[in-house]
Amino acid sequence: MVTTEDYVARTEGTCGKEQDVIVTFKFDKKDEAVKKILAKAALKKSIAGIVFELTFRKFSFRLYGSGKAIFRDLKDKDELNALLSELLS
Amino acid sequence: MLDPYKIREDFPILKRKVNDNPLIYFDNASTSQKPKQVINAIKEFYENHNANVHRAVHTLSQEATELYESAHEEVAKFINAEGMEETVFVRGTTEAINLVAYAWGLHNLKKGDEIIVSLMEHHSNIVPWEMISKITMAKVKYGKVNDDGTLDYESFENLISRKTKIVCLSHVSNVTGIVNDVKRVIKVAHENGALALVDGAQSAPHMPVNVKELDADFLAFSGHKMLGPTGIGVLYGKKDILESMEPFQGGGEMIREVSFNPKTKRCSISWNVLPWKFEAGTPNVCGGVGLMEAVRYLKRIGMENVKRHEEMLTKYALPRMKNCEKAKIFGTQDTSVKCGIIPFGIDGLSSHDVALFLDNYGIMVRSGFHCAQPLHEIFKLSSTARVSFYIYNTREEIDRFTEVLKEIGQF
Repeated sequence: MVTTEDYVARTEGTCGKEQDVIVTFKFDKKDEAVKKILAKAALKKSIAGIVFELTFRKFSFRLYGSGKAIFRDLKDKDELNALLSELLS
Repeated sequence: MLDPYKIREDFPILKRKVNDNPLIYFDNASTSQKPKQVINAIKEFYENHNANVHRAVHTLSQEATELYESAHEEVAKFINAEGMEETVFVRGTTEAINLVAYAWGLHNLKKGDEIIVSLMEHHSNIVPWEMISKITMAKVKYGKVNDDGTLDYESFENLISRKTKIVCLSHVSNVTGIVNDVKRVIKVAHENGALALVDGAQSAPHMPVNVKELDADFLAFSGHKMLGPTGIGVLYGKKDILESMEPFQGGGEMIREVSFNPKTKRCSISWNVLPWKFEAGTPNVCGGVGLMEAVRYLKRIGMENVKRHEEMLTKYALPRMKNCEKAKIFGTQDTSVKCGIIPFGIDGLSSHDVALFLDNYGIMVRSGFHCAQPLHEIFKLSSTARVSFYIYNTREEIDRFTEVLKEIGQF
């Protein structure tokens, strides 16, 4: 069974008042992760196919072709893990 | 003027690609890249001279000691200090300021005394003073910053009185790049019998800094922001002040003698000479060697040339950044009072979004508070993105950066 750990290299809270979380996907898995997320989340807009503004359930987030994503308004790490788990399953 | 294209040949990392784009490194206020001369000096040290210093008579130890002491001398000349007695090697600016806060502050501050800092300081020039004030009961007072990020000199200087024991101010703001007139502030501090500490983390790597001309009592800076390795930095202190201070940490290297007295059943200890009195334990010898090479590299270029190049890049970047839709530049844009650091934002996007977007194009910029939350509160900003230039950056890189900024503006 595929787990979040298979795709995620690290998560890091941002410095600043926003309290966003940046997720970096593993280099060798990033393309697969991006593909999976794009298939699940609803696309609001994108630029040049490298930056994607997405929504999934009540959450909006941005996904970058470089294999990073920035999530905002998350309650805690559990909520992030649950979200990633659904997006990457 | 310096030739950034020739300089770039010395920096192996600048040849790499990030996300299939040529690397553009605009995060120099955070840390600088390293030239092959510094990398080779470190390699040469470990391959041929590695040993502990000041401890052995064998050849390698003598060579390592000579290199380490030469590094102190080289740094002393770089800032026009009297000699190596006045240049203490530490881990970086943060440790240098902590050293003064504890080694000087613990023995010289008491209830009723005042420490003056500004609201534009990096956390490393705020937190140690708040920590020491809790122990000594001395009060920390904060000088105001104007809306454009410049220091409110009148308010700052009005805080300085006979109660003031030390005034701590950054030479250059790490958020806005504003250059403070530290010489003026130091004069006022001295007129009131106070000492003055200058945070030189963003000035020593980018402009000529002359401690005698400034009349600074202390100057703190980091090696890694000026082409040197991480984990090595400098505390300059006037010799008589350093001599009057107690050590920061105890252990090997910082003592001359530790003698057990059977009658008192205690050890009597005498301190080593400067600067070793403040360098407890085995020092970062290789870091010192790397820093020496970095200083030599900068001296060959000339610090006036470094300053002029960054001024040129800042003047080139500002109008082009302003021209980008939705881009906002924070703080003064008067290049006569600022150096190569530009904080900015894009309407509707967080600074982290901007940084991630740029990263996608191989452009490295910093986002967040930059360890200066009080200044962001003054600007009423939750965070900022920041570009900061150095000797290897070019106008073409700024062109590429502003092209991408324009794209971000369309998002």
